[in-house]
Amino acid sequence: MPGFALRSVYAAILLSAVLSLHSVSAAGPEPYDPWPGLVQDIFDSRAMDDGSNLIALEMPTRAEDAAIVPVTLRLKLTSDARSRVVSITLVIDQNPAPMAAKFKLGADANVSEISTRVRINNYTNVHAVAETSDGKLHVVQTYVKASGGCSAPAAKNAEEAKNRLGQMRYRQFARPQNEGSSSTREAQVMVGHPNNSGLQMDQVSQLYIPALYVDRLQLWQDDSPVLSVEGGISISEDPNIRFTYVSNGAKTFRAEAKDTDGHQFSHEWKVDGSGM
Amino acid sequence: MTSRLAMHAALIMLAMLASAHAQQQTLAIGEVAPGVFMHQGRIALMSSDNDGAIANIGVVIGEQAVAVIDTGGSVREGRQLLAAIRAHTDKPIRYVINTHGHPDHMFGNAAFVAEGTEFVGHVRLPQALAVRGQYYVDAFRRSMGDALIDDVRIVPPTRLVDGELVLDLGGRTLVVKAWPTAHSDSDVTVFDTVTKTLFAGDLVFLRHIPVLDGSIQAWLKLLDDLAALPANRVVPGHGPVSAWPQALAAERRYLETLASDIRSDVTDGRPIAAAAEHAAAAERDKWELFDDYNARNATAAYSQFEWE
Ligand SMILES: [Zn+2]
Repeated sequence: MPGFALRSVYAAILLSAVLSLHSVSAAGPEPYDPWPGLVQDIFDSRAMDDGSNLIALEMPTRAEDAAIVPVTLRLKLTSDARSRVVSITLVIDQNPAPMAAKFKLGADANVSEISTRVRINNYTNVHAVAETSDGKLHVVQTYVKASGGCSAPAAKNAEEAKNRLGQMRYRQFARPQNEGSSSTREAQVMVGHPNNSGLQMDQVSQLYIPALYVDRLQLWQDDSPVLSVEGGISISEDPNIRFTYVSNGAKTFRAEAKDTDGHQFSHEWKVDGSGM
Repeated sequence: MTSRLAMHAALIMLAMLASAHAQQQTLAIGEVAPGVFMHQGRIALMSSDNDGAIANIGVVIGEQAVAVIDTGGSVREGRQLLAAIRAHTDKPIRYVINTHGHPDHMFGNAAFVAEGTEFVGHVRLPQALAVRGQYYVDAFRRSMGDALIDDVRIVPPTRLVDGELVLDLGGRTLVVKAWPTAHSDSDVTVFDTVTKTLFAGDLVFLRHIPVLDGSIQAWLKLLDDLAALPANRVVPGHGPVSAWPQALAAERRYLETLASDIRSDVTDGRPIAAAAEHAAAAERDKWELFDDYNARNATAAYSQFEWE
């Protein structure tokens, strides 16, 4: 009798799974929620608080271009915990490689905002998980609809991307006078790299095109770490990071990148110590 | 007759109409010049309601053989196209030319797979299909449903075009020309030398907002070379058949407006998300599907101008 009851419970679960598979075939999220498994795999099943007082995760509601979806992580100015955030992990639940990036914040750089661009393969939840120095995790999430039309999370111009491989650019932006302290900087680092996902099979050879992507990017002002990024294939071609930090008066800004083939790229720029 | 019976009869009629629609035999094609036919796609997004039939399709009939230029957005549309061709001629379909690798232009390929039929495409098309084909099939299953997508096969070209290729249909030749990355990375045009009809694929949009999936700088640069082609008329990838080269004017204006707006966004340091919201706003009233594609075009253009 208990066995029978259990079997019918399984049958009911199976049936509802089948039904829900059908009901969402036209639109909406996949019925299977990968997040619990991702919490286990990426965060070792650690408990998470609601992080909405600490961090904002901004993305468009729809991925306009599947290959280039802007995302901004913003630490809230009012939060006490802000200064204690040591890392932020960005997870795109339904992507083939959900862990998009882990940003480690330099202890003295006071990074308050990070923007980058990601690929979005599907209708998906996106999570940002901030870790504070007390070892606690704080999570926020948003939902992004997949792109329509002929947009794909793939290169638009593979030759041009190859030609840019290894190029690095640094740019400092003017900040509005009244925002933050006078030593707050807003800057951007771009790395020319195809960031190939390696997930596509060549139709003719039936071989997978090998993955080749930037898996680490580190940024310093003089010798003080500002930000380091462990990236994956969910980061768009030509990885691009725009961020705010507080200048320590350094005269140089340095970036080092490494890809999965072991190529190392690095560049150093003189910075305008006075801000802009 | 009771009202219940009347209702019953009406329902049967409706069901018959619906199934007639689903199994409609032929795609509407019109003759735009002697021996040159086109199906004008709807200005819409591909969906289960329209069989994905949103792109223009060309058919050129020579003395010995037929060429098909693009195959539509589903195998159902491809089969209806085949039936429409067969209503005009029983000459063999020797060439199926894909103007590029987007789903609305090549999801119907499977309907034309036959001995003696060559699939013609840009030298970069096999790579584009390898990288994107499966993604397209998965993504359009969501918007078009299993019934339309189950039959779709990614059929890569068997004859590649690098530069120019001349195809002989008997009594008339088609010139297939491969272009640098512009709308996409694998655009070809097809020129019928007899009637001087140009099939431009998605290098030319009218009414339907241009869609950028390649390089905006290269697309703008290529417009002069395109305009120099000695055509009398163009069948664009989307929109009505039009006089050449006047047909390029609206697209050029849009791309130039977008480029200039995005260039100043990049120069001023305005973030990419903000640029996507306002760029080319002056063009909004001039195009259909503006809100479906403009932000995406702006995003793509921004990521290119950043490296200038
Ligand atoms: Zn296209």
